[in-house]
Amino acid sequence: MIELEGLTKRYGEKVAVDNLTFTVRPGIVTGFLGPNGAGKSTTMRMILGLDHPTAGDVRVDGTHYDRLKDPLTNIGALLEAKGVHPGRSAQNHLLWLAQSNGIPERRVREVLDEVGLTAVARKKAKGFSLGMGQRLGIAAALLGDPRILMFDEPVNGLDPEGIHWIRTLMKSLAEQGRTVFVSSHLMSEMALTADHLVVIGQGRLLADTSMAEFIERNSRSYVRVRTPQREALLDALHRAGVTAVDGADGTLEVDGTPAEAIGELAARNGVVLHELSPQQASLEEAFMQLTAESVEYHAHTGAPLPPQQQQQWGESWRKG
Amino acid sequence: MATGQVVRSEWTKIRSVASTVWTLSTAVVTTIALGMLISALSKNEFGNLSEREKLSFDPTFISFAGTSLGQLAMIVFGVLVVSNEYSTGMIRASLAAVPKRGVFLFSKLAVATALALVVGMVTSFATFFLGQLMLGDLRASIGDDGVLRAVFGGGLYMTLIALFSMGVAAMLRSPMLSLGILMPFFFLISNILGNVSATEKVGRFLPDQAGSRIMQVVTPVDDDTPYGPWGGLGIMALWVIAAVAGGYVLLRRRDAQ
Repeated sequence: MIELEGLTKRYGEKVAVDNLTFTVRPGIVTGFLGPNGAGKSTTMRMILGLDHPTAGDVRVDGTHYDRLKDPLTNIGALLEAKGVHPGRSAQNHLLWLAQSNGIPERRVREVLDEVGLTAVARKKAKGFSLGMGQRLGIAAALLGDPRILMFDEPVNGLDPEGIHWIRTLMKSLAEQGRTVFVSSHLMSEMALTADHLVVIGQGRLLADTSMAEFIERNSRSYVRVRTPQREALLDALHRAGVTAVDGADGTLEVDGTPAEAIGELAARNGVVLHELSPQQASLEEAFMQLTAESVEYHAHTGAPLPPQQQQQWGESWRKG
Repeated sequence: MATGQVVRSEWTKIRSVASTVWTLSTAVVTTIALGMLISALSKNEFGNLSEREKLSFDPTFISFAGTSLGQLAMIVFGVLVVSNEYSTGMIRASLAAVPKRGVFLFSKLAVATALALVVGMVTSFATFFLGQLMLGDLRASIGDDGVLRAVFGGGLYMTLIALFSMGVAAMLRSPMLSLGILMPFFFLISNILGNVSATEKVGRFLPDQAGSRIMQVVTPVDDDTPYGPWGGLGIMALWVIAAVAGGYVLLRRRDAQ
């Protein structure tokens, strides 16, 4: 269990983490989602006592991190920067970690085996690929057989086989009753592994919800309709009590009415349809919408309308 | 958190990187080789010295001439032991494993200093005996007044130089910055300050000049240094304490990166 209470980190004027309050519970995988620069890594470093919070409090198993006796046996972490001396072998890296927390030395062999690095155990870390480095970091996290595991962007640099492995690993760790807290900037990744979701943007909490609830609330399904007789169709829909909104490229989007019903309605009114297709907004879109206002570094490619204007645009259409 | 565990872990760290071996072996070889060379040259030049210079002739101190260069390798050792943590990002893993920052820092310094002490003592005794061998009939004996103190002190001097560098590196974190300040300081600036009459009195209180007094057996004629061998080493120790305390305070305060 990890509990954050009003956790805040400021660097001068800039607020990196803004009053975060949430709890990471055992037995499930909790996804920590946010765009790059949202404050995920800073939050994780504060959990580990590496960065000092400007305000607020964070506790691991009810205690401040620096009060834990042999912390690696309580919580294991893979941080984005792995922190391995390039001239030291994987085995010696794990050995000093084990010794510092009184972990039996046989665990070094066990975790090397578990992450599949036994063959390169004596090789210097500088020869490791990004994926091997990531596996070494995961081995270090598992070393103390901790009840809590924290992974910062664990799939970065892993090949598809490695990604599959880490997903399975996280799920099985949670099934064993452990607390698993994993960060990502990819909604699609979270959708596959996380049971619970904490979303932040610009350091602020945007959502703290179960995955199922997030999907239900955010995955909007609608029907896309394209017709040359736009006004006629809108009249017909209006008479049937169905509202439509403007979609992209002059299409109409209809919520809450099945495609069959719209097709029959159009037929009864003699309206020609060029397209009638059920659509599902992706979770990625839902996530982007949620964080849109908090994304600090926009990719200035499509020159999107400011959110406020977009809203007015939709509203004016609904009124009409 | 048991300190013994952390000390063991720091020992594993220090013995599992190549830089430990090459910095310390460079210190040993340079100190001894240069000491022998200068001792041999001094023996040949002795006849050309003035009477006054002959009175100030200090065979023990001459055999330690290599220390001026050998200490640079000790500085590199001290700097790398600490700054490796920062340049590799390992500091996060270290402090996640050992969140009590004082325990972490002082265990690391204890292990590295103990190693520097062993290497420093071996170097000091070796450089003395081999240097005296080169000096032939001008040689001093380990039983002479003050000689054992000087040789023992030579080992302490090397150790304190290493520890001072560790403290500075703990404050500055970057290996390049630490070496960029320490190397010219000990190799150039300290010498210049010590040899220009206007700054000589200040230069005396710099760590290396005060500390190296311990290796002198014969006090030069008309020497007016206001401290003795142990006083000098004490001044050096104060510098070391200040550097280590500064490193500790900053480590406590700062975020780990």
